[in-house]
Amino acid sequence: MPDLGPLWLSLWLAAITTLLLLLLGTPLAWWLATTRARVKPVIEALTAMPLVLPPTVMGFYLLVLLNPDSLIGSLWVQATGTTLTFSFAGLVVASLFYSLPFMVQPLQSAFEAVGRGPMEAAASLRAQPLDAFFTVAVPLAARGFLTACVLTFAHTIGEFGVVLMVGGNIPGQTRVISIAIYEHVETLQYGQAHILSAGLLVFSFAVLVLVYAANQRRPSHAS
Amino acid sequence: MQARRLEVSAKVGFKSFSLDVVLDLALTGVTALFGPSGGGKTTLLRIIAGLERKAAGRVAFDAELWADSARRHFLPPHRRPVGTVFQDARLFDHLDVAGNLRFAERRSRGGDPSITTEGVVEALDLSALLERRVHSLSGGERQRVALGRTLLSRPRLLLLDEPLSALDMGRKADILPYLEAAPRRFGIPAIHVSHAVEEVAQIADRVVVLSDGGIQAIGGVGEVLERLDLQPYTGRFEAGSLVEATVLAHDTAFRLTHLQLSQQRLTMPMVSFLEPGDEVRLRVRARDVALATRRPEGLSIRNILAGEVAEISAEAETAFAEVLVDVGGERLRARITRASVADLGLEPGLSVYALIKSATFDRRAITRRAD
Repeated sequence: MPDLGPLWLSLWLAAITTLLLLLLGTPLAWWLATTRARVKPVIEALTAMPLVLPPTVMGFYLLVLLNPDSLIGSLWVQATGTTLTFSFAGLVVASLFYSLPFMVQPLQSAFEAVGRGPMEAAASLRAQPLDAFFTVAVPLAARGFLTACVLTFAHTIGEFGVVLMVGGNIPGQTRVISIAIYEHVETLQYGQAHILSAGLLVFSFAVLVLVYAANQRRPSHAS
Repeated sequence: MQARRLEVSAKVGFKSFSLDVVLDLALTGVTALFGPSGGGKTTLLRIIAGLERKAAGRVAFDAELWADSARRHFLPPHRRPVGTVFQDARLFDHLDVAGNLRFAERRSRGGDPSITTEGVVEALDLSALLERRVHSLSGGERQRVALGRTLLSRPRLLLLDEPLSALDMGRKADILPYLEAAPRRFGIPAIHVSHAVEEVAQIADRVVVLSDGGIQAIGGVGEVLERLDLQPYTGRFEAGSLVEATVLAHDTAFRLTHLQLSQQRLTMPMVSFLEPGDEVRLRVRARDVALATRRPEGLSIRNILAGEVAEISAEAETAFAEVLVDVGGERLRARITRASVADLGLEPGLSVYALIKSATFDRRAITRRAD
């Protein structure tokens, strides 16, 4: 039986990343869905960058950005006494960038599908904008939230290149499941690699079935 | 109902059309905002509701200033005591009918407390729908719920944006009575956008004709709809006129109802829901009115009204002319041939008799006036 530490670490990382991205990505997605600002395509492109960049490129720049000699890295060291690179905290920061599009894009399309209509109706019924957002837009975009959270969680679990660059391979700190599989293969422990890989395979498939099933249950609210 | 004063001056320019409007209205009952599609009616309504932030101009309601672009003042829509019923209902799909009503009721503090959920449910016959999911409602039911929801937000001004336009004829006839009754019953003045003249004739007290981004006419329903010069705007509807009359009595033996129109008598097939003394509005189609220069005798036509030619408008490319006849202050429109106009020597000021067959009236031609 392989060491299950990397599995729990991956789940923990994915859970924290999903929660933080939910808080950060929701306002960003709402802004993108409703704005007519000219900078919108620029922000959209920036948000989508992690989809097209090789993870090593992202990892490299994050390493440059977060290392103890950089501004952010040194401030972090002063504040916490530990480094951002090669630490769990650094992995969380890296994952926020890496998984950002998986949170923002489904939310943005869900908000766009809700459209202005229900929000105008809510305003004409005296609902404050924030009130209308939580009582009308969020429930109507509920399936978009489910899709976004599930995809963000699953994508973070599968993270490899960025982790390797920013986090390395420290047991209990940065050795997540994908790194553990890589190491098992490197050291020719195929049996252990099989168990962890099959676990990820089944997990990913189950997640996708869940997302598609949730999106199928009822015709879209947008109709 | 106490009159509310609404002042709007608005200027908006879009790529394909612009709106330039100055309005000062004393609102009571139902005011129709009427004109062809694409004439700017919905835009004007959205400016009043505060949904068009970019519009330049000023909106004031009674003593409250809602928007004044010169002073950079803009009251957001959720702070205006206005309720809008949208063309596409815009019910909240994630709530059932009762949930939609509750959404409005909970946020309507400060409005008229005499408007209650029970009262609205009863007035609009919503009790059978309360448990239903929104997506299972028919088009007509959706609009009824939307109207109820808006009433429960206890607005001081009701804006209705073509709530009937997505419905077929039968459904329209089902909902129209609710739309007509609700503003009066709950004491809320309404502005009703419509491009259907039959709708306007049935429910409105006052009409604002809006076309090509500007106001073409403002006035009482009968007065505006009978104006021949406004026909390009009021459209190619079944031409006719609206007259006010009082119910005198029923003749149960012959199944007739007698009405009084400007001191003269009018007879129509019995309409049993009317009572003597009721004030009614009657729609008379122009093609059902014939004219004579002398009082005819030995005729089956029972309605012979003495009047005077007010205006003649010949339709150059057709056989017809429209003649407006003043009958003691009420105006009837007659569609006759141009040849008849020439043969009879009709001209403004001439005394004539307007003849209307009783059989041309049907139940839909008559609506009871509230109060």
